[in-house]
Amino acid sequence: MKILVCITKAPDTTTKVAFSDNDTKLNEAGIQWIINPYDEWYSLVRALELKEAGVASAVHMITVGKADAEPVIRKALALGGDEAVRIDADSNDSFFVATQIANYAKTNGYDLVLTGKESIDYHNASTGAMVAELLDLPYITHATKLDISGGVATVNREIEGGEETNSCALPLVVSCQKGMAEARIPNMRGIMAARTKPLNVVAASADEALTSIISYEMPIQKQGVKMIDENNMDELVKLLHEEAKVI
Amino acid sequence: MILVFAEQNNGNFKKATFEAIHYASKIAQSAGTQVCAVVLGEAANLSLLGNYGAQKVIHITDARLNNLEAKAYSKAISNIATQENAQYIIFSNNNTSKAVAPRVAARLKAGLVVGATSLPNAEGVVKKSVFAGKAFAFVKMNSAVKVISLTPNSFGIEATEATAEVISQSIDFAANDFAVKVENVNKVTGIVPLGEAELVVSGGRGLKGPENWGILENLATELGATLACSRPVADSHWRPHHEHVGQTGGTIRPNLYIAVGISGAIQHLAGVNSSKTIVVINKDAEAPFFKAADYGVLGDAFEIVPRLTEAFKKYKASHA
Ligand SMILES: Cc1cc2nc3c(=O)[nH]c(=O)nc-3n(C[C@H](O)[C@H](O)[C@H](O)COP(=O)(O)OP(=O)(O)OC[C@H]3O[C@@H](n4cnc5c(N)ncnc54)[C@H](O)[C@@H]3O)c2cc1C
Ligand SMILES: Nc1ncnc2c1ncn2[C@@H]1O[C@H](COP(=O)(O)O)[C@@H](O)[C@H]1O
Repeated sequence: MKILVCITKAPDTTTKVAFSDNDTKLNEAGIQWIINPYDEWYSLVRALELKEAGVASAVHMITVGKADAEPVIRKALALGGDEAVRIDADSNDSFFVATQIANYAKTNGYDLVLTGKESIDYHNASTGAMVAELLDLPYITHATKLDISGGVATVNREIEGGEETNSCALPLVVSCQKGMAEARIPNMRGIMAARTKPLNVVAASADEALTSIISYEMPIQKQGVKMIDENNMDELVKLLHEEAKVI
Repeated sequence: MILVFAEQNNGNFKKATFEAIHYASKIAQSAGTQVCAVVLGEAANLSLLGNYGAQKVIHITDARLNNLEAKAYSKAISNIATQENAQYIIFSNNNTSKAVAPRVAARLKAGLVVGATSLPNAEGVVKKSVFAGKAFAFVKMNSAVKVISLTPNSFGIEATEATAEVISQSIDFAANDFAVKVENVNKVTGIVPLGEAELVVSGGRGLKGPENWGILENLATELGATLACSRPVADSHWRPHHEHVGQTGGTIRPNLYIAVGISGAIQHLAGVNSSKTIVVINKDAEAPFFKAADYGVLGDAFEIVPRLTEAFKKYKASHA
């Protein structure tokens, strides 16, 4: 059973975001790129566990990104996995990204495609579903547990207002979140091994982006906190009613 | 036509669904067209969706749709969109739409914006929150058919007495449209899910232990609020994981977020800083959360929270 793990880069959460060119471009100067946490902590580690348990025969990784995604995919390789591919293109459009991933998956044949639940920069939470649609495969989102036995996946997922246990025959696409696995730190051996693991760079297939970002805007700054005396909660309630109008 | 997916659960609709219908009706008004709501699975009294602005409801009664199956849902909604010549397809952004809306968009080659917080302008541009609430982006959908998933609590609801025409229809499903089998469902009933809650009371490590959550529960009950917590609280199993908000937990946008004994780390703020009003109760004047708050109370939560609960009780009695 072969697994394809989708990895994307994301700005470290403590990064200050800033824009340039009249607020039409993200200013990447001060950005520290990390592996999107859902991809690293949950989908990748779970894929590695499945390989270590002898359930999966191979774990491959794919990222759609320019050269600046390279350190991130190398770090992912240092955590484990057999090989990686980078599709050389940059786009925030989920359909474009999903098309690249689906084309690659189709030609290489995977039984399981894993994504994170969402990217922490644009929060599209869409790539996995689109890959599933393009491959005409079933899709399970927000998975908190994933086991595979006899070609059938058993998945716990978070649904609106609760939890569900699903089963589904492979091939399948799953988006992963907290609960799935415990985070790992790459060790020296992994880092050394990653240097010699194959990282192929492939040109993107021409496909259109269906959305584009026109501009950015910073949120309005809070006016500053209004401190309320701890013995005057009636005042707080009054402000919440009359000033904030939230109760 | 403006299509809107009206998600239901045992025949019940959530407020966020009414909000999505109302949002769709505003788009329909500017486009000079009508709203068609799509209901999947067994449900009754659907003409009432007209109250929120739908002129027509297409109901696929197939019982296999009572549980979410992303592939089947997407096929049904896409087929109806094509049949009704939909310009826009509207969802409310939640776990269900995240499984379905992108599939619909890919099927129809439609541009998709997830988490929109504004109406689209004439060019098909909508606003959405990006970088964990640190900025907004204006995103243009370049396709003829456009799919928008609306952030709950970002638009509002208006209701009238109008009713909608309900049409039952069936869809030609293939066997492999229902590949995912639901073995077990465990739904929490009675409380508003965090993603849609208008009022949220949240606790952090400052509460010292799970045995101290009673004061927050009382406050939440008094307010009709939903409970949330910081990550270490969920990691230590003081509270269930679905209450965890922040970068690795849920992202919420309530009207009121009351943070008790939470320091306000950036990863926590990532999940809550789009809340309309933030109240912070903390005994440390240097806690970073005060910088992101509208109202702050400096002091011991164990004394302040019961006082606040009493104050709400008094307020409710006088506004009854
Ligand atoms: C990659 C990454 C992702 C993360 N994701 C998340 C996430 O999704 N959500 C999240 O919450 N965190 C997340 N974190 C953790 C985050 O950085 C903080 O460590 C965490 O939010 C702290 O939780 P806390 O505020 O409950 O606890 P603390 O930081 O320990 O704060 C406790 C607060 O309670 C106050 N206090 C103590 N006693 C009292 C009292 N009696 N009355 C009033 N106040 C009192 C203290 O002054 C203090 O401010 C993440 C971290 C990383 C590195
Ligand atoms: N450029 C990309 N390359 C590879 N995988 C991606 C890319 N963008 C998103 N993904 C995957 O899709 C998931 C959801 O991302 P998104 O739909 O962008 O929120 C991520 O957690 C990744 O697993």
